[in-house]
Amino acid sequence: MFDNLGSRLQTVFSGLTSKGRLSEEDIDNAMREIRRALLEADVNLQVVKTFTARVREKALGADVLSSLTPGQMVIKIVMDELTQLLGGTLSRLTLSNRMPNVIMLVGLQGSGKTTAAAKLAYLMRKKGKRPIMIAADVYRPAAIDQLEALGRELQIPVYRGESDDPVTIARDGVRYAVDNMLDLVIIDTAGRLHIDDKMMDEVARIKQATQPDQILMVIDAMTGQDAVTVADAFAQRLDFDGLIMSKLDGDARGGAALSIREITGKPIKFASMGEKPDALEEFYPDRMAKRILGMGDVVSLIEKASEIGEDSEYSDDDAERLMQGKFTFDDFLKSIKQMRKMGGLGAVAKLLPGGEAMKQVSGQMDEAQIDRVEAIIFSMTERERINPKILNGSRRARIAKGAGVEVVDVNRLIKQFDQASKMMKQMQKQMDPGGGKGSSKRGKRGKGKQRPPQKKPRFGLPGTNFPGFN
Amino acid sequence: MSWYDKLNDGLSKSRERLAGQLNSLVGRGVDLDDTFWESLEDTLIMADLGLEPSEEIVSRLKREVAAKAFTSVEQVKEHLVSAIADEFETVGDPFKLNPVTVLAVGVNGTGKTTSVGKLAKQAVDEGKTVVLGSADTFRAAATEQLDIWAQRADVPIIKRDRGADAASVAYETVEHAEELGANLTLIDTAGRLHTSLDLMRELEKVQRVTRDRSKTPTFTVLVMDATTGQNGLIQAREFNKALALDAVILTKLDGTAKGGIALAISKELDIPIVRIGVGEDIDDLRPFEPHEFARALIGS
Ligand SMILES: Nc1nc2c(ncn2[C@@H]2O[C@H](COP(=O)(O)OP(=O)(O)OP(=O)(O)O)[C@@H](O)[C@H]2O)c(=O)[nH]1
Ligand SMILES: Nc1nc2c(ncn2[C@@H]2O[C@H](COP(=O)(O)OP(=O)(O)OP(=O)(O)O)[C@@H](O)[C@H]2O)c(=O)[nH]1
Ligand SMILES: [Mg+2]
Ligand SMILES: [Mg+2]
Repeated sequence: MFDNLGSRLQTVFSGLTSKGRLSEEDIDNAMREIRRALLEADVNLQVVKTFTARVREKALGADVLSSLTPGQMVIKIVMDELTQLLGGTLSRLTLSNRMPNVIMLVGLQGSGKTTAAAKLAYLMRKKGKRPIMIAADVYRPAAIDQLEALGRELQIPVYRGESDDPVTIARDGVRYAVDNMLDLVIIDTAGRLHIDDKMMDEVARIKQATQPDQILMVIDAMTGQDAVTVADAFAQRLDFDGLIMSKLDGDARGGAALSIREITGKPIKFASMGEKPDALEEFYPDRMAKRILGMGDVVSLIEKASEIGEDSEYSDDDAERLMQGKFTFDDFLKSIKQMRKMGGLGAVAKLLPGGEAMKQVSGQMDEAQIDRVEAIIFSMTERERINPKILNGSRRARIAKGAGVEVVDVNRLIKQFDQASKMMKQMQKQMDPGGGKGSSKRGKRGKGKQRPPQKKPRFGLPGTNFPGFN
Repeated sequence: MSWYDKLNDGLSKSRERLAGQLNSLVGRGVDLDDTFWESLEDTLIMADLGLEPSEEIVSRLKREVAAKAFTSVEQVKEHLVSAIADEFETVGDPFKLNPVTVLAVGVNGTGKTTSVGKLAKQAVDEGKTVVLGSADTFRAAATEQLDIWAQRADVPIIKRDRGADAASVAYETVEHAEELGANLTLIDTAGRLHTSLDLMRELEKVQRVTRDRSKTPTFTVLVMDATTGQNGLIQAREFNKALALDAVILTKLDGTAKGGIALAISKELDIPIVRIGVGEDIDDLRPFEPHEFARALIGS
């Protein structure tokens, strides 16, 4: 699924031709894929519509950073907007000076409230709080047992009360906390449907009776289109303060986070990443944005590339030469440097133009080998680097000795270089179908409609489409 | 309020628009414009059917409407309902077999334990002998929870302490069921994400041990929460890969979620939806009716 999206985007974006500015057509093409990605991630359709409209607006006429292709620029705009919408920066839990602080957890059935209560208590105790949990779910079979078992495990007290009325239990529990000098109360409530008036009324009365500092809604990351309806109803009734998104340890893309944020404006405060008590983490909007878009790798690269920007290892001349499929061991070295700037081999070797082919070659090289490659190239003379054909047996033996490796290592590198060289030529063909300078050998195409040579060829990210990267 | 009414509660804007369109067309013959098709597609997407299936249904319906010369909007509506309903696999309800052993599996919190309780009650009402096994030895108070359901349904339960080997609980359950000559043996398992390889392997073992020990046929039923979005299909695929699923129970249809992902699951995996959960009470379990489900999907 992720791969599909990645390659679909590649197809769309490799067709983008505009330089400098994004054209309306480029943007519309990209938006179609973005819409698809968001829907696959379960972002609510209405939210997808308003979101893409807004992004489209922003993207229209935006300047394309020189380090990015137009397609990548669109993704960058989408990402920035997504991150912004998801809250920009971290939204921390804010508690008052009051004693005790009260946190109430609410949500649909099975979303993860009871386990979240234990996780929160565990987390807050580590921060110096003395928590108590209140078992205010009198409906679900063994709900109280569940919370008590968790409390026992973590040695955190649980108040269960005598009453069978959740409002009374909650109120008494807070009083119990005061009497026992416990400074944080976490109320676990029963799961309820947002359309169940009686139950929604009950939880509103618990709020009334306990005046929580924070009401957190727990929402399952796997939730589909309905998430907005649910969250909106809870927001209307309870005006909750934030969300805990649970079950993020799975592979659900979690588009509900975006929908809820857009519809209710409530921040997501925690990500729950498992069943165990220590599985509660702070929520990072930027990570979530990548996850929702479902192309974390591409996006990370775009971010890095836009950070590096003009700080590329390659000059325009280099790029021009490479477009013609001529490259050297010096390029190999440069690409290693570039790659390191961008987070290493693993991060780069995915989802880029020609990604599949690249992955095959990159599979032959791990990070440790890269060091060896560097050493080998450093042992070559200038001439050897520029003209690898002269590397005969004795030269290879000398290089091996200089680099402190075996001759087979040198042989292997040269073989990889040749392979990559072939791959490069093929990729140039694929990526420049319009017929720039580099593809002149393939004869004429689209008679007389040849594009003028681009000043700086755009076939992906700088430095990623070189032999050494592979 | 009947479950069907409940299903229809909380009409989304798009569905209202669709309904409005369908109605406004009455009397002026079948003349469906782009807005109609668009709001139909929106409705299906918002029912969690998924983008591609929604597009497919719409384009198929477009073709058929063009070819079949419908004379009334009612006909178009009914055709749409049938088109959706017919996509479901309908054969293979394990609960029709007697005797039979059924494992309830699924991701966390979908309603496995509750559904097992409801199924037990239904079988008892049909005069069957039922045995429950609590093979969720992981989650806090999971066994206590199933124990309460066993009491409610008035059936015996096999349970062990938390942390015990899940497969051996399953083994003992089958053994006990055999002694009693049970008609239905229901084994509840711990919720787990399909992405957790260890836990999936543990579940494979539970299934293998149950199958090997059981003289009655063993079926594996995926319990899916109707609020689940597109990840539901991935879950179903992964559970199917590990366990070869036989059927699906779709829970929590008493909310406003439409459970559209069930269609893709049933179609792709060729397995039927055999029950739906429509509440938290012991009687809130219903047979799955494809036509009613399809009607609720489009809100007609
Ligand atoms: N994998 C995973 N499982 C989780 C997570 N959070 C909760 N769960 C599991 O989800 C299931 C439901 O969690 P509970 O805490 O019982 O949910 P609840 O909201 O209290 O449920 P009700 O009280 O019945 O409404 C349990 O199996 C939990 O272990 C999470 O972040 N990841
Ligand atoms: N509204 C509604 N709630 C349901 C339905 N089925 C189950 N539930 C509720 O969903 C919550 C989780 O149900 P469980 O039966 O504990 O789910 P589970 O799959 O066994 O959960 P784990 O074992 O923790 O993975 C409980 O609060 C149930 O009461 C249903 O059809 N409708
Ligand atoms: Mg609970
Ligand atoms: Mg359970």
